[in-house]
Amino acid sequence: MKEISAAIWSYRHFIVSSIRNDLRSRFARSKLGGLWMILQPLAQVAIYALVLSRIMAAKLPGINNRYAYVIYLMAGMIAWSLFAEVVTRSLTLFVDNGNLMKKMAFPRVCLPIIIGGSSLVNNLLLLVTAVVVFLLIGHPLSLAMLWLPLLIAINLAFAIGLGLILGILNVFLRDVAQVMTVVLQLLFWLTPIVYMPTIIPDRLRFVLEFNPMVHMVVAFQDVLLYGRAPGMAGLIVIAAAAAILLLFSLILFRRAAPEMVDVL
Amino acid sequence: MSESLLSVRGLGKAFRDYGTEWRRFASWLGIHTRAKSETWVLRGISFDVAPGESIGIVGQNGAGKSTLLKLITGTLKGTEGSVTVNGRIAAILELGMGFSADLSGRQNVHHTAGLMGFSRAEIEGAMASIEEFAEIGEYFDEPVRTYSSGMQMRVAFAVATAFRPDILIVDEALSVGDSYFQHKCFKRIREFREQGTSLLIVSHDAGAVQNLCDRALLLENGALIKDGDPAEVMDLYNALIAERENSTITISNHASGRVQTISGSGEAVVEAIMLLNADQEQVEFVDVGQPVTLLIHVLARKDIPRLVLGYMIKDRLGQQVFGTNTYHTEQILENVQAGQRVAFRISFPMNFGQGSYSVSTALVSTDTHLVNNYEWRDLALVFSVSNLSRPVFVGSAWVPPSIEVRNL
Repeated sequence: MKEISAAIWSYRHFIVSSIRNDLRSRFARSKLGGLWMILQPLAQVAIYALVLSRIMAAKLPGINNRYAYVIYLMAGMIAWSLFAEVVTRSLTLFVDNGNLMKKMAFPRVCLPIIIGGSSLVNNLLLLVTAVVVFLLIGHPLSLAMLWLPLLIAINLAFAIGLGLILGILNVFLRDVAQVMTVVLQLLFWLTPIVYMPTIIPDRLRFVLEFNPMVHMVVAFQDVLLYGRAPGMAGLIVIAAAAAILLLFSLILFRRAAPEMVDVL
Repeated sequence: MSESLLSVRGLGKAFRDYGTEWRRFASWLGIHTRAKSETWVLRGISFDVAPGESIGIVGQNGAGKSTLLKLITGTLKGTEGSVTVNGRIAAILELGMGFSADLSGRQNVHHTAGLMGFSRAEIEGAMASIEEFAEIGEYFDEPVRTYSSGMQMRVAFAVATAFRPDILIVDEALSVGDSYFQHKCFKRIREFREQGTSLLIVSHDAGAVQNLCDRALLLENGALIKDGDPAEVMDLYNALIAERENSTITISNHASGRVQTISGSGEAVVEAIMLLNADQEQVEFVDVGQPVTLLIHVLARKDIPRLVLGYMIKDRLGQQVFGTNTYHTEQILENVQAGQRVAFRISFPMNFGQGSYSVSTALVSTDTHLVNNYEWRDLALVFSVSNLSRPVFVGSAWVPPSIEVRNL
């Protein structure tokens, strides 16, 4: 673990410049450039809002804002988009960088960190945009938003841990990436992002308990929509899940790293 | 040995096939599983590199050269044995790795040098000299996708060699664009060497290995089969690539103190070889510019459909001075009978510089010894050239000058 942190520290400049290059090259030749980073999730929110607001709006008790559903959607999307982006990109992380890993010797642990960093920047931009939108539609900011840094950190750790494990397995078993794209879609719909948990029949609601992303999304909704502190039980579950996944992924990474280049 | 820059001990690399990947996953979790099969691509490699030493690595395709280099640079991890490096290694194997097309040359330099582990301050400090070395002018700040492949190479080489490493790994077959830049690259590599950088050069070119290296390693089927003087190693390598079924290789100590390698299937052999002067007397010392005849007697031991004789004259360091064969001179012998003897008389003026030279002979069926190698004989004949009658000159060729000096 000490070697890993030492390697990260000595490569800190590389990590920072890679994150910058990553963001820069992703939108290098598009007219709107970095604006796309926030336009895409916003467009998604707009689509869901247009399609579903009639059905869903009535189901949000206690919020007087007529755009309550939009706020609800955005809160969930902020949590989900970071998770989904990190996991999706980590899945093919080592496979995509296979050539580089075969030719250059550098701490491989930089790769997931670069993805985490670049996704985080994306997510923060989305968050700032969301706050602007909230203010425009008359949704007040609350002190509960001070929970956000912690929530985002847990979300990031959880996503990196899971993504790293899957990314390592995918090097050896390429089916993992294929399966996971489907699983991520399923998980999206098993998480109350576009709908409220209340529309699920009581006898099936226990299913949601097994999905850590439910607690994550609910915590974001608590903070951003309801303006209250997230539920402690849920917070502990996701923090523990994140810690376990991250630790396990690092152990797996240490064991698997020497063999990874062999099969790339 | 603490003073060696690179120390490789009993290094081996096996690629494991677990049958099913689940078994591999289980092995990481500490569950003891056995791999279904192991393929050793390299095993039992040990050698040291002293500071400032240049080493050539030769071997046929698949002999394990690239694997060895990857193990040394650290991109691959060895299965057994150890690699100890006391210094920084830079490798020029595949230039332009990790370049991103939409970023400018300057940004890519930042990125690549960062990948090599340099801090921002160090990179900033070297940026001017990198830009100067690459010589691509304004393009340095344009996106890399607008570059020609040659320009990309220039930037890549400039970054890769921006900081003098303790060990530089070079794939000699690497093309670095136009010949002007190639010269510049080799100049830089030589400068590094003079400043104490050790070189590891992978090459198929005997000339380059003998020119640049103090020592050579020959790899064959994943084993280090020879570690020694470049000329000897290259002779054995040439014999190896000619090795075929029922052919043999004899390595013996030649009277000159050097190692002689003879290989081939033995269907035809050189029975006698001698150097004659204008009076048809056998000589060993020749004056510069004298007409001489190289006389070679060949015996066919079996029926041979086509027989070609090739010869190569090499200098003391094993550098090729002149060579050709009867395929190129269109004097191929067809249907040579078993027991037949053939005399080849090769006459030429001895336009070589002072020094000791050796003649290698090859009896083959076409213009290369890779198809049918009847016999390949290194150090078949050794002779010396001395300058008795010409003005003093240096170099390995006698190019008679006519110098006109006039006051203007």
